[in-house]
Amino acid sequence: MIIDLDRFVNREQPRWRELEDLLARLESEPGATLDLQGALRLHHLYQKTGADLAKVKGQSAAPQLVRYLESLVSRAYAEIHENREKRLRFSPRVFFLSTFPRTFRRHIAAFWLSVLVTLAGAAAGGALVRWDPDAKSVLLPFEHLMGSPAERVAREESSGQKLANRPKTYFSSYLMTNNIRVSILTLVTGFAWGLGPLVLLFYNGVVLGAVIYDYCAAGQTRFLVGWLLPHGSFEIPAILLAGQAGFLLGVQLLRGSRHGGAGKRLRAAAPDAAVLIGGITAMLVWAGIVEAFFSQYHYPILPYWFKISFGCVELAALILYLGWAGRGGRRADQVRVAQGGNVNVSQ
Amino acid sequence: MYPSEAHTVTFRTPENLEFSLTLAGPAIRFVAWLIDMLAIAAASSLAAKILAGISIFSQDAAAAAVTLAYFGISVGYGMAMEWFYGGQTLGKRLMRLRVLDAQGLRLRGYQVVIRNLFRFLDMLPASYLVGGVACLFSARCQRLGDMAANTIVIRNPDPGRPDLEKVAAGKFNSFRSYRHLGARLRQQVTPAEAGLAFQALLRRDELEDSQRVDLFKRLREHFSAKAPFPPEAAEGLPDEQYVRNVVDILYR
Repeated sequence: MIIDLDRFVNREQPRWRELEDLLARLESEPGATLDLQGALRLHHLYQKTGADLAKVKGQSAAPQLVRYLESLVSRAYAEIHENREKRLRFSPRVFFLSTFPRTFRRHIAAFWLSVLVTLAGAAAGGALVRWDPDAKSVLLPFEHLMGSPAERVAREESSGQKLANRPKTYFSSYLMTNNIRVSILTLVTGFAWGLGPLVLLFYNGVVLGAVIYDYCAAGQTRFLVGWLLPHGSFEIPAILLAGQAGFLLGVQLLRGSRHGGAGKRLRAAAPDAAVLIGGITAMLVWAGIVEAFFSQYHYPILPYWFKISFGCVELAALILYLGWAGRGGRRADQVRVAQGGNVNVSQ
Repeated sequence: MYPSEAHTVTFRTPENLEFSLTLAGPAIRFVAWLIDMLAIAAASSLAAKILAGISIFSQDAAAAAVTLAYFGISVGYGMAMEWFYGGQTLGKRLMRLRVLDAQGLRLRGYQVVIRNLFRFLDMLPASYLVGGVACLFSARCQRLGDMAANTIVIRNPDPGRPDLEKVAAGKFNSFRSYRHLGARLRQQVTPAEAGLAFQALLRRDELEDSQRVDLFKRLREHFSAKAPFPPEAAEGLPDEQYVRNVVDILYR
């Protein structure tokens, strides 16, 4: 029990201020670490402030003081008891050469589910256009895909110079932002027990299938492959990966309470979903550049064999990258431990 | 961790310490979001002005740079601010809010990313309707992004102590000589009761005379029942002065 609150505050305040300053420093530097001495001091201040909180809590004295101490204790608790994976500074090299492809492979089943849903959509889209050619006007959201494929190919092939003068950088940025937005939406709608990615991937597949059938049936397969493959080799897998991330969340919600509460289950999937969306963003930036600056050029400016070969090389590189990058390597945190270093207060 | 009473969440640490944090409701979060929208608009407008310089070389490149900058700022603002400023954006800082891991632990990078990406869903169909409704029905005032990332948004307390000079009993407080009774008073009076007396003194001028007399009379009766000071200390004291002395004892 505290007899003289004023004296108590005056005596303890320097320690509270010291803890406050220490916490402010740690919070302003997400990757900050403390040396052993600093970590011990932090723990000491946390314990002392916790004891002070216990002293003033049962009293009527200054509820604001109680809230202030609760705030300090909660912040210190967050720093000291953080025992999940070590906080590491973000390293693009580690992320792209190890974390992202490894995460992709760890959840390969969700990726195959994305592929399956898209293929089902593509089959449906192709069949719809096959049996009802008028369905094209409903299924295809882009005006340039509405008309006859042969006419479009003739038009594109004869407008080489016009294409060269068309503004491409803005178009590229539009494609990037739009596709990233769609990917994010595919991911977050996974929260609806996976229904969001299911619908979005199926619809994407329907559009893709309708276009493929339309162009192939019109004998324009070579144009189609030369047009789609250079950017599609990254764009389509990126959307499939977004579906994979969305399914990760959805599956966790469907698993049932015997695997823990919904929060716990989501916590298991959310880090990997965040990693996937990071990699997807990079893939879509590349796809946007290729689509605006490369895919729109057709024969005679760029021969089809060159465009198709370029697309095939990209696709092969992507498959190799996602399938093998980071295999056999040590995890980033193991590397960090092996290298030694400061004591991380978050351990 | 468990929701203790309405709008608060209580944590018990392994050291058996218990602390409660006040959860932020949808209304105050909406205000913080409006401030953040203004910040995003200002940052985007500034970026557009700076990037317009590129149009000297290429209009096309300038338009692309502005598009990318706007997208980057609108998506990345929340992530960058919450990551580098301990769970606070500008709006949250001004409204004294903070994002926290639902277990009371420090925010992780993925949590910041996921809760901000989920804004795409929470803001549907407009003005964060989905997120607001989720927040209203969630026991911990979580929007969908908070649920997915396992985070909560708390209200930071005002760390300042009450301004006692406004309500002080004056240089002499006859109750101070009775330290044992002062101690009992502090033990018996709840924080809510102390706060009520404090507010009554602060807002005395807003009350009509008869109401004020009645209020302080009732407060005196209430406090004297908790710790009866001897007649030589309390007798002759007006009710309001009695309450001043009590508040002085409680807070000093």
